[in-house]
Amino acid sequence: MKTRRDFIKISALGTGGLAAAGGAYKWAKGSEIMNKLSGEAADKNLKLNRYPTYCEVCFWKCAGWTHTDDSGKIIKIIGNDNDPHSNGRMCPRGTGGIGMYYDEDRLKTPLIRTTKKGKQTFRKASWDEALEVIAKNFNKIKQKYGPEAVAGFFHGSPGSHLGHTLHAFGSHTEAHPSYAQCRGPREVGFAATFGSGVGSPEPTDIRDTKCLVLIGSHIGENMHNGQVQEMADAIDKGASIITVDPRFSTAASKSKFWLPIKPSTDIALLMAWIHVIINNELYDKKYVEQYAYGFKELKEHVKKMTPEWAYGITTIEPSSIRKTAYEMAAASPAAIIHPGRHATWYGDDTQRERAIAILNALLGSWGRRGGFYFKEAMSLPEYPTPEPPHPKWDWKDIHGDKYPLAALPVSNALVEATIPENNPKHQIRSWLVAGTNLPLTLPNKDQTIKAIQELEFMAVVDTMPMEVTGYADVVLPECTYLERYDYIRAAPHREPHIALRMPAAKPKYESKPAWWIAKKLGEKLGLEKYFPWENIEEVLDWQLYRAGSSLEEMKKVGVKKFERAYGAPYLKEGEDYEFYTNSGKIELYSTEMENAGFDPMPSFTQHEEPPENFYRLIYGRTPAHTFSRTANNPNLVDLKAEPLLWINPKVARIWGIENEQYIWLKNQDDKITQFPVKVRVTERIRWDSVFMPHGFGHSIKRLSRTYGKGASDAEMITNVKVDPVMGGTGMRANFVTFLTEEPKTETRS
Amino acid sequence: MRYAMAIDTNKCVGCADCVVACQTENNVPVGYARDWIAEIVAGTYPNVELEIRSERCNHCDNPPCVRACPTGASHVVEGGIVKVTPEECIGCGACIQSCPYDARFSHPKGYVDKCTFCDHRVKKGRDPACVAVCPTKCMYFGDLDDPSSDVSEAMKNRKYKALAPEAGTDPHIFYLM
Amino acid sequence: MTEELLTSGRMNPNIDPFLNIWHWHIPIYLFLGGLAAGILFFAAYYTITGKEKQMPTTVKWATFIVPAALIIGLIALFLDLKHQMYFWRLYTTIRLESPMSWGAWTLMLITPLSIIWVATYMKEVIPDWQWKWKFLDTAETWVIKNKKGLAWILIVLAVILGIYTGILLSAFNARPLWNVSILGPLFLVSGLSTGAAVIIWITKNHHERKIMSRIDILLIIIELFLVTHMFMGFLAGSEVKIATAQLFLGGQFTVSFWVFFVILGLVFPLALETLELRGYKIPVAVPAILILFGGLVFRFIIVEAGQFTRYLY
Repeated sequence: MKTRRDFIKISALGTGGLAAAGGAYKWAKGSEIMNKLSGEAADKNLKLNRYPTYCEVCFWKCAGWTHTDDSGKIIKIIGNDNDPHSNGRMCPRGTGGIGMYYDEDRLKTPLIRTTKKGKQTFRKASWDEALEVIAKNFNKIKQKYGPEAVAGFFHGSPGSHLGHTLHAFGSHTEAHPSYAQCRGPREVGFAATFGSGVGSPEPTDIRDTKCLVLIGSHIGENMHNGQVQEMADAIDKGASIITVDPRFSTAASKSKFWLPIKPSTDIALLMAWIHVIINNELYDKKYVEQYAYGFKELKEHVKKMTPEWAYGITTIEPSSIRKTAYEMAAASPAAIIHPGRHATWYGDDTQRERAIAILNALLGSWGRRGGFYFKEAMSLPEYPTPEPPHPKWDWKDIHGDKYPLAALPVSNALVEATIPENNPKHQIRSWLVAGTNLPLTLPNKDQTIKAIQELEFMAVVDTMPMEVTGYADVVLPECTYLERYDYIRAAPHREPHIALRMPAAKPKYESKPAWWIAKKLGEKLGLEKYFPWENIEEVLDWQLYRAGSSLEEMKKVGVKKFERAYGAPYLKEGEDYEFYTNSGKIELYSTEMENAGFDPMPSFTQHEEPPENFYRLIYGRTPAHTFSRTANNPNLVDLKAEPLLWINPKVARIWGIENEQYIWLKNQDDKITQFPVKVRVTERIRWDSVFMPHGFGHSIKRLSRTYGKGASDAEMITNVKVDPVMGGTGMRANFVTFLTEEPKTETRS
Repeated sequence: MRYAMAIDTNKCVGCADCVVACQTENNVPVGYARDWIAEIVAGTYPNVELEIRSERCNHCDNPPCVRACPTGASHVVEGGIVKVTPEECIGCGACIQSCPYDARFSHPKGYVDKCTFCDHRVKKGRDPACVAVCPTKCMYFGDLDDPSSDVSEAMKNRKYKALAPEAGTDPHIFYLM
Repeated sequence: MTEELLTSGRMNPNIDPFLNIWHWHIPIYLFLGGLAAGILFFAAYYTITGKEKQMPTTVKWATFIVPAALIIGLIALFLDLKHQMYFWRLYTTIRLESPMSWGAWTLMLITPLSIIWVATYMKEVIPDWQWKWKFLDTAETWVIKNKKGLAWILIVLAVILGIYTGILLSAFNARPLWNVSILGPLFLVSGLSTGAAVIIWITKNHHERKIMSRIDILLIIIELFLVTHMFMGFLAGSEVKIATAQLFLGGQFTVSFWVFFVILGLVFPLALETLELRGYKIPVAVPAILILFGGLVFRFIIVEAGQFTRYLY
């Protein structure tokens, strides 16, 4: 099929022989660059300079110091001791963040789509021209359909700058995949229970907990730094860990109890735990009496949900369920049933998160030491700019009557509203994408590509060539976080605090910081009045001054802590406390869910099971990588160059598959992975499931280190279970089978 | 004085932060590593055990690499740290063959390279880069002769092992069990 | 199922997934060193015993190969070095515990001595040979007068060199295949055997060939005995030694070792030489070439396989 918007390989750009050279050459080149880094040995007393930053490799945003040597070259990143996210210790990705800066595959210049001899390709352009093209197209769409038809898809820091431009332009059609593809369900489930979402970083008081329960959460493989650190502290202090996972995860290996649950049956286990805790009167009676609403209804609701009932569903022995329920009750209130992070699994995820929240409530852990603390963030005043125009419609109108409890826009709903066949009430005509590789981030790649084909115009801002940049009309090269200022990080924690990111080096190539791109694009769009400042330092200094600091001070300290302004992090004994729910109490029985037409209390529902010869695809993390963005980072490739597909030895024997053999995967919808994946035959995985880390299988040749390395789990996720409560895309209902021979190309996805 | 390292396998998650911190601290070229992560899985699902270890040069008391070296480039410095002087190394590979831990490698510049316990940091009273960066604080470094050092404290009251002691090398990286 | 893997970090070239630091250079170097040691040993021996006349090839003609073999061996060794500009560092120190250091110094002595040895026969090889400078004639006369003394030095150095080629490997505790004390004698005997084979091949003297054939038969029998002994030792050893033996008893080196080294390189030439002594007509080059080939293959296999073997932990 000939599509209007051909995918353009950025390697096709006049880089000629260089791009054609094989991986080996690139490797050599990479090491040369690293070699030149700081000359010889670290033995020599190099005079190092350091610049504060906070990490942009993942959302944990650890604060640290970028070190440069006497020639101004970036040589290492070390954590900021005063930062509660990192406590002076970056994770492997943060330490390896310099690879993002040194990656010679980076986007180097603005690119514009053009047609040469009937073939679409990119040509290099000046910033002025590229921004001009974007402004012209956005304005054309504004005239034809209104500014609302330009949608933004953002992740991380660039979104805050470009979002401002988008709002000033008159559009609030803006989505962050981090919501509907990741943590949305838990935010809604916890908000419905406690009147407050979980937020990031999670206010889990792991360092002081006596019992940590992980359900499908693989702390230690996900390097959510502060949590990993606190889990280790908890291990030191002798806390017991209970891990529920079909896989013998790293966390499971550190656990007192590992419950190797049958996938998709978590709610049954949670309800059985609730049953045991209520029926054996193990719950925190005073806490529940004082703060909870709907206990009676809950008790009645779980009456028949016994461990024996759950055994038939989860395959977890009733005695194990009871023992673990007693274990957490003994630790109460210093017990945490962790809400997890990537929570979009089966489409009833909000309900599962509700069950987790209820269990926490029964154990009295919300607002208690060793449970969940009341987080507090520093609030910085906004730099005064004129009120942006009010859009005629926004993402709420796109949701319509779907996803009533979605507190943030659902990215997949925006994608659907881009495709005319869906008869959207308001059709989106143009995308501005920054920091998110949509074809690999969103499930159902075909739908995403189809939506992109329908667009009249798409601009993408990124540091690296990615699947999404290949579909853009204009590509803008953003510089990496080590080369730019961004807004102050003011994330919630035990203590309010702020962190500064400033450049440690000039942007490489022709890349530019997002704030500059946002401002210049705004000016091209005639929105100068929304950018009444010369550069971002002005804005930061203005904000910091009002917060009781200054840019000058922050450059020296990097992180500054403040006193809590809104009370203690924990409830005092018997303290009166009003929760932000309809009833003002912790809602075991959710009136909000009921009002929106959903079950007020969670129940187990049966999910699809793998057909014969198929295995449930469980995807997750490998500690060295994040999303699909780190797969080409030279330092992190060193740690993990390709994904391994975990297969149980029994399954491998049936299929005659050897360890380290490369195989292709085919899913229930006959989708086949573009590249083969290396098998790891291991006892760490159930026989009805396979596991692989997310973020590999890149099809971009320009990503010289990672191109074609392993399969992409995203390719296999075509069966999406949308959560009716908040629009989350459940992705764990996909099943794969194995192809040991290379499949014929025409059937490949 | 005898420097040593103790690594708590109960806390290590195998994130390999130690590896990348070493690379950036010591300018180890991309594609090479002075330390690494080993994973040992035993048992049958669902009765499985997992041991994760951060491994590196063991800075042996009886270092076969130093004995094998024909030029004296491999040598022991104060505190038992085994080091290589690039300007004396001819790159013959004898030390690489002699190491039961395969902890040495040929640097692209020709000389043999390995873990130095970050002695440039240790001299200044700081921990090696891998120890300082570890998110789980599972590594302890210090002087074994000093009973109050981090490493001595960590090894008190804990069961521990070293790798391949039967090689007779008297290794000084200990794994707390 | 037990699984052991390096999950991240280590992919050092030539270290992972298995050690492959020494390539073709080292076996070539060991082979040529052993060959040179063998020839020199016999040359020196028959000089000391005063049988130069009966054994002209052994004492004179064959030794012309020695300097060439040693120099090619040294070139191979030099090519193997990864930090070649610092080669001279070998000769700024003597490390008694390092076989590599021993070898470097032995070669430093034996190579010039072997050249001197050969030089004294230049006039016999090329009748019109004239030294360019007068003092060389004087020196030559002096050396010829003290030839027995030189032979004594050379025989000691030849034995050291021959054993050294084995000890270089057997000193490595970390490589279970190499770490057997029998490897030194085995390499020495193999070196002597290859030396003898060269002499047998090039000699025109029937008597000399017969003597060397007898010696070679004895050497091959000793070699076979040592090989058997080595495997008995492995199989009676610890887990790593047993695993090492398995590489040759069903593992990936089984065919190359037993067929190419033991059968073609030892047993077959042994049989041919025995038959020849009993009066059968055998082209003399055949057993000689087989022995040389076997010796070369032996060193390639041992160097390569040794790098496969390691401690299990």
